[in-house]
Amino acid sequence: MSFSSWLIPTLVCTVLLVAHARGVPVFEVFIQGAEEGLRLAAHLLPYILAIYVALGVFRSSGALGLLTRWLGPALAPLRVPAEILPIILVRPIASGAATSIIAHVLETHGPDSFLGRVASVLQGSSDTTLYVLTLYFGSVGVRRTRYALPLCLIGDCTGFFGAVLITRLLFPR
Amino acid sequence: MINGIWLGLIVIGFGVAALQGRLDAGTVSFLTESRRAVDLTLALGGTIAVWFGVSRVAQEARILDSVGRRLAPLLRFVFPDLARDHPALTAIALNLAANIFGLGNAATPFGLQAMKELQATNRQPRTATPAMITFLALNSAVLTLVPSGAIALRAATGSSDPAQIVEAVVLTTGLSMAVVLAADRVFRRLAPRDRQP
Repeated sequence: MSFSSWLIPTLVCTVLLVAHARGVPVFEVFIQGAEEGLRLAAHLLPYILAIYVALGVFRSSGALGLLTRWLGPALAPLRVPAEILPIILVRPIASGAATSIIAHVLETHGPDSFLGRVASVLQGSSDTTLYVLTLYFGSVGVRRTRYALPLCLIGDCTGFFGAVLITRLLFPR
Repeated sequence: MINGIWLGLIVIGFGVAALQGRLDAGTVSFLTESRRAVDLTLALGGTIAVWFGVSRVAQEARILDSVGRRLAPLLRFVFPDLARDHPALTAIALNLAANIFGLGNAATPFGLQAMKELQATNRQPRTATPAMITFLALNSAVLTLVPSGAIALRAATGSSDPAQIVEAVVLTTGLSMAVVLAADRVFRRLAPRDRQP
């Protein structure tokens, strides 16, 4: 039994027990949240659709295979599998699109394959950095962002290479 | 940029298909991938709904507030130039707590509130303050203990152990957070002080 097997059960039971002790009607509130979640899923569907169609064409035509063959040697010294590249490119700007690409990798290669695990770790550890930067600074009218962009890019790069490296370490084949 | 990437995938895809005499395969995917997308969304929708349900219960029970209160004192080391009782600190703590527990949807309102509070004490309103930059960098590279989105995706695509990537995510985000905080210190020292207009 590992930390991860305990995580979700412990979290769920703690939240529900604390909420119950604090007088929250747990069932009714759960229903409200679930409805909001279903609405989010419906909102996500067009993104998943658009990305699946585009990636499907790109893959079945053989273009993805060609790209991986060309980029593979260039990425090999960095130990980054070429299939991961589209995630790295899209993730900082578009959350829905990146999630769809990751889902596509998980479905194609299997969530418990090496690529599936790297993609999952990327999903869990990266953020839509450039989108958040634009949104947050834009919301208060800041124009000069000084060293914010390079700093955020350093964080993104660490996350991307870290995800590949750490997945390799924790799940040796 | 996302428009260019999407367009490129489809046009280059069909172009390569034509060159390799596989246009039919391209057409079939274009018309049938939608089925897979809908199937995935249905599976994912269920998991997302359950998680949203639990996180709504957590919000209603004000569990995030308790975590945020405990986080606030630690933030003084990360934001040395903010007054101890600066109103932004509470919003920052709540934003980070939401990110740590994978409640991304709850994080954004706190984040926008934090920016507003930081802007209130900014003497050059068009220029980012060091605290704003630290907050933004930390917001996207903060330690994540519950990668709810990744776990949901893995469950929806049939993983036998959806949570098995949690340790890797904790290590990766811990590493990014450490690197970002160290790099932030360096940038702060190197960045030229802005003269008051």
